[in-house]
Amino acid sequence: MAETMAPAKAAHGAEGSGETRRDFLMLTTGAFAAVGVGVVVWPFIHSMNPARDVLALSSTEVDLAPIAAGQAVTVMWRGKPVFVRNRTAEEVQAARATPLSELKDPAPDQGRVQRDQWLVVVGVCTHLGCVPLGQKSSDPRGDYNGWFCPCHGSHYDTSGRIRKGPAPTNLAVPEYSFTSPTQIRIG
Amino acid sequence: MAIGLHDSTISNPVIRWVDQRLPIFTMMQKEYGTFPTPRNFNYFWNFGALAMVTLMIMIATGIFLAMNYTPHTSYAFDSVERIMRDVNYGWLIRYVHMNGASMFFIVVYIHIWRGLYYGSYKAPRELLWILGVVIFLLMMATAFMGYVLPWGQMSFWGATVITNLFSAFPIVGEHIVTWLWGGFSVDNPTLNRFFSLHYLMPFVIAGVVFLHVAALHITGSNNPLGIDPKGPQDTLPFHPYYTAKDSVGLVVYFIVFAFLVFFTPNMLGHPDNYIPANPLVTPAHIVPEWYFLPFYAVLRAVPDKLGGVLLMFGSIAVLFILPWLDTSPVRSMRFRPIAKWALFLWGIAFVVLGWAGGKPAEQPYVLISQIATAYYFAYFLIILPLLGRLERPLALPESIALPVLRGGGPLPAGAMAKPMEKA
Amino acid sequence: MSSFRNLVGALMLGAATILGAAPAQAAGPAITLPDTRFSFEGFFGVYDRGSLQRGFQVYKEVCSACHAMRQLSYRNLLEIGLTEAQVRAIAATFQVVDGPNDQGEMFERPARLSDRFRRPFANEQAARAANNGAYPPDLSVMVKARLNGADYMHALLTGYRDPPAGFQLMDGMNYNAYFPGHQIAMPNVLNPGQVEYADRTEATVDQMARDVTTFMAWAAEPEAEKRRAMGIRIILFLIILGGLTYAVKRKVWADVKH
Repeated sequence: MAETMAPAKAAHGAEGSGETRRDFLMLTTGAFAAVGVGVVVWPFIHSMNPARDVLALSSTEVDLAPIAAGQAVTVMWRGKPVFVRNRTAEEVQAARATPLSELKDPAPDQGRVQRDQWLVVVGVCTHLGCVPLGQKSSDPRGDYNGWFCPCHGSHYDTSGRIRKGPAPTNLAVPEYSFTSPTQIRIG
Repeated sequence: MAIGLHDSTISNPVIRWVDQRLPIFTMMQKEYGTFPTPRNFNYFWNFGALAMVTLMIMIATGIFLAMNYTPHTSYAFDSVERIMRDVNYGWLIRYVHMNGASMFFIVVYIHIWRGLYYGSYKAPRELLWILGVVIFLLMMATAFMGYVLPWGQMSFWGATVITNLFSAFPIVGEHIVTWLWGGFSVDNPTLNRFFSLHYLMPFVIAGVVFLHVAALHITGSNNPLGIDPKGPQDTLPFHPYYTAKDSVGLVVYFIVFAFLVFFTPNMLGHPDNYIPANPLVTPAHIVPEWYFLPFYAVLRAVPDKLGGVLLMFGSIAVLFILPWLDTSPVRSMRFRPIAKWALFLWGIAFVVLGWAGGKPAEQPYVLISQIATAYYFAYFLIILPLLGRLERPLALPESIALPVLRGGGPLPAGAMAKPMEKA
Repeated sequence: MSSFRNLVGALMLGAATILGAAPAQAAGPAITLPDTRFSFEGFFGVYDRGSLQRGFQVYKEVCSACHAMRQLSYRNLLEIGLTEAQVRAIAATFQVVDGPNDQGEMFERPARLSDRFRRPFANEQAARAANNGAYPPDLSVMVKARLNGADYMHALLTGYRDPPAGFQLMDGMNYNAYFPGHQIAMPNVLNPGQVEYADRTEATVDQMARDVTTFMAWAAEPEAEKRRAMGIRIILFLIILGGLTYAVKRKVWADVKH
């Protein structure tokens, strides 16, 4: 039974036009089927993107009143920590005095804050996603008095900018707005 | 087989390199390319391929549903609703999975009918048939556990009733039920284990399907005439002839499937399953999913608890010994004038059981179920064994190809006027 | 063609099994529901946006006193044709529980888009206590949870009658022509002019029942419009693909004598 015959396969060679017509039909059908498969794959892939309820939960409100100068709080936003720091005048001064040429990812402090004393950054190290230390007064704050990531030794300054270590970019500034002088909404 | 590189005939050097070391391409070519297949298949022979495709659809959609489903009594119902509302295309994936279960059973029931009508269970395909019945049983278990997962009223009460079947067994029954539940009622442990097993079972099914196909490729396919191919003139290579033919069936199948999913996604389901499970209130009229109704009717046809359970399991168990109950050497019902009608009547009895299974357990439905159940078993246990001896079959054609090539043959005109029409 | 006939026969038997099963679900004392025409029925049906918004108004002002819709969030109202500013304003009129705050206490705040609809009762026990022992069910998927759900809801809401002579109505129950058993704990809540529609549609009982049913149908199947539109495109695609595949099959089999 291993031997089989493909009946009349050979007969095709003679009819050139029949062959072409058949090839065209095969190609069209194949293309249609391929499109169909592609269309089927998309819903599966898209189902793994954030669902609508996840997207809808993307705002968090923070009351700034209880945060004293020099202190910081950590709030949860989209499952990640956000650092809200009430900077002292010296910290703001230190951030602004730094020439951009010294920075690995140059960005002026003025562009990273909406009100001078309030720094809001996503507390996720831009190297590989650890949470840097520096929120509690007992934490090490690194060589630049900002944050220090214990995983691979990245140092951030008082504007959340990368100054030393393997992280490539500054701590990200999330979208936020002041809903009142003492309240912000992140996201 | 000699040790060493496989002697590959493939010309592409990369594929050849793989094929010499692991001859999967040669195998594919042999099993799905040149595989000699009877030339006279009709469209009934599509349904094996359709079942295979459906299994793959169920596994794919199931994996993506599991990414968003929570198997906990407090969250299961809501997590399904979240899939329907918030997950991107979640409604599509869930409705395909939900209706896919029904489509799977429709396809498999037709596939089984094909086997019964054309005698595909007979020697040498007994083991092939038995593996098929095993797949059917695994499908039933999988479908049952899957129906519990949305944790609606029918999920909960279906699970309660079906697991309670085991309490019919004397002495050990209660212990078995408690063990199945992992508690004293259907509850969170039950839901958790059903989810785990529901995820596992399809892969077990896939394994048995592999064996089913492997066995098929040893014996070769049966065909509408039920006679063996006698040489190359009776067969065609599987590709392109049957790949093309299966593709036609597949697209038609997808149209039916799509119609269900997009326009009447809840038609085959039960409205009560959109009511969250409530262990304190049983719905007024509980029925299993439609594909279980014939067996549910057998269960209820017997007034005795243990008797009903045994008979229900027996209605499937009898399929295992069918190859030895049917004593006729003729496979295809086309050549069995009496058995053919006995089988049609069996088909009607099965449908009647399905109808009666959806009715309340009262007269006249119980009596109708009893008559249909009696015939269901009589067909297998009395009619087929006797007919094999008593019936005089029609003359079989000499070969599959002969009637075509010679334009006629020794066939009675009525039995098969145009045997190759759909081939 | 005998095999083809067999196939058709098998499919019809299968269909008979399925259809045979369906009427079973309606078993019990037979109550025929009047067939109400809704905008969302049929292959090309869409939810009438005006009706949806009026229906939400009926739900908000009447039903929501007792019935929760816990699967819905305020953001979902963007889909019934309200603007974001409108929905934010609607949400802000509801107080939802949030917390715990830094003192460890739960507190109430105005709802936001991402919040679920406020529930009238904290739990089932509270709901029963306030409703004479009856539990007003959640309405999120009610239309899917009843046979012919939309027709049933409309019939139920317009089905309050005086009990026929000799009918034993239990204490605290109300007679409804379409409720199974005719005794329903829910009183008639829709009276002419019960709500004042913003679009000045006359608030007849039938109109309010129709609107709130449309709203509940949408709440149960918010994907229905998208689903049907996609279905039409996919089935058209499959019909073309089917024609092509059949042509390929014919070509392939053209060489085989049969």
